[in-house]
Amino acid sequence: MAIRTEGTRSGAEAWKGNSRGREARERVIKFFLTACAYLTIFTTFGIVIVLFEETSRFFLKVSPVEFLTSTEWAPPQGEFGVLPLVYGTLMATVIAIAVALPVGLLTAIYLSEYAPTRLRRWLKPALEILAGVPTVVYGYFALTFITPFFRDNLFSGIQSFNAISAGLIMGVMIIPTVASVSEDAIYAVPLSLREGAYALGATRRETATKVVVPAALSGIVAAVILGISRAIGETMIVTIAMGAQANWLGSPLEGMQAMTAYIVQVVGGETPRGSVTYESIFAVGSALFVMTLALNLASYWFVRRYRETY
Amino acid sequence: MTQSSKKTDPKVGGASDFRESVSTRYGLDRAFTWLVTAAALVGVAVLVVLLVDVTKDGSPMLSLEFLTSFPSQVFPENGGIYPALIGSLWLLGLTGLISVPLGLGAAVYLEEYAQDTRINRMIEINISNLAGVPSVIYGLLGLGIFVELLAPVTGGGSVLTGALTLSLLILPVIIVATREALRAIPDSIREGGYALGATQWEVIWSHLLPRALPGALTGIILALSRAVGEAAPILIVGVSLYQTYITRSPFDGYMALPTQIYDWISRPQEVFQNSAAAGIVVAMVVLLLANSFAIWLRSRYQQRS
Repeated sequence: MAIRTEGTRSGAEAWKGNSRGREARERVIKFFLTACAYLTIFTTFGIVIVLFEETSRFFLKVSPVEFLTSTEWAPPQGEFGVLPLVYGTLMATVIAIAVALPVGLLTAIYLSEYAPTRLRRWLKPALEILAGVPTVVYGYFALTFITPFFRDNLFSGIQSFNAISAGLIMGVMIIPTVASVSEDAIYAVPLSLREGAYALGATRRETATKVVVPAALSGIVAAVILGISRAIGETMIVTIAMGAQANWLGSPLEGMQAMTAYIVQVVGGETPRGSVTYESIFAVGSALFVMTLALNLASYWFVRRYRETY
Repeated sequence: MTQSSKKTDPKVGGASDFRESVSTRYGLDRAFTWLVTAAALVGVAVLVVLLVDVTKDGSPMLSLEFLTSFPSQVFPENGGIYPALIGSLWLLGLTGLISVPLGLGAAVYLEEYAQDTRINRMIEINISNLAGVPSVIYGLLGLGIFVELLAPVTGGGSVLTGALTLSLLILPVIIVATREALRAIPDSIREGGYALGATQWEVIWSHLLPRALPGALTGIILALSRAVGEAAPILIVGVSLYQTYITRSPFDGYMALPTQIYDWISRPQEVFQNSAAAGIVVAMVVLLLANSFAIWLRSRYQQRS
């Protein structure tokens, strides 16, 4: 028997072990598994502590009021008003959502209400692959394909780095997020609601837009919030295609700098630790973290609310 | 009819549509069908245009030598992605070694052991929040902890630091995917194990993990391919944009494919754009293969269960 069970992990082998040994092993394993789960809490603490530490050093040199209200952002000259960076981020985000909200929502409606099963099986993975494209690739595409296309066909005065190309491609990037979260919500709408609408003589479009979408609205809102949060946090597209010059209230055809782009561009420039510029990337990071955290919590709240309804 | 059109003016409710002519409603219905179909194809269309565009730009550079030579500032047309490719393989391997056991462990704890207590609910909310934290923030975390604080252990901006940072980034994704796979296993499997006298861990190891693996593996592959495609966090924790040696240990410096592509894109000369496009073609081929495999694995698994 001993020879047969050696090297295997069957239940029989364990059965022969003394029960105190088994209990001790169970406890050790449970301890390690618990530690793995708690690690995620430490990650959050780590983020908060690192951001807080460097940001507080930054605020010893630059007043928080100036940081949050000034519209001048020129770190070499000691001007640290974050608003132009926020403006760049929001400009790209608004353009991205203007693309991703309609396209993503209509895609979700198509997938759950219209698509034949075979096409659906093919289209959903294609969307997932779209979500897996590295963002440097999207950045390259915005810079070398979309911007020249706009210059030749629509806006002759467009700058090489501009918000509209970056925003549009960012919109394409978040289509899968908006579509898949919205589709989950639309899919969760009970069939009886649709049948009721059809029984009253509604067409397919009327059922989809007047019954199903309103019933799934909170889930769709959650999807859009999640999309906004993705867009705000997206880095490489705006770093590559939107430029490195802060631009307060610039037009979408001009270059501007986003918060995330600033962080990457400064780190790439070998800024010494302890300098105010080095600390400023953590201050910008804190602002970014607070913005996305608020959006993620809002999205989480919406998802839970709609789950409770059905 | 004329009377009703006046009445529908102020409010666009369901009732107003009912008075429209049937042919208008059917026309709208057909138009809407076209609209949603077109919308669903937008993403795929962009993907196709993108692939054609980068292949066209990258074709002059694509060759076997491109994969096996160092990048060159002096003769850019002879430069390649060899050190970046090796660096990305290091990142992939180390990130997998670090994040997979931790992710599986956390998922098993939350799904099989955790009681519904306040702290465990907090962990759950926290994980879904971490999944939404931008990757640059993970980069700043890595800079503060692994590059500065733990420099004696990680060697500062080493490939180990990069892998640790990327591991924290994808941990939430792996945890969520594994939990879903565990949740899909019927309780009768667990009860069967206990009935035979197995301990909780024995049930998990011999019954649950093998069954959850295909589902978890899909999530793991998608997460790892995301990690390898990330440029922002490793730019922050000190990836090399140029180095003349190959990464040979976890404590060496490293280059990586996405950051090599980024470096080429940010140079003004045309020839570097071709190199960038060729690098993108290589990255896309690898990632598309990995993702397709993951999705295929899941569909096979879903059909069986």
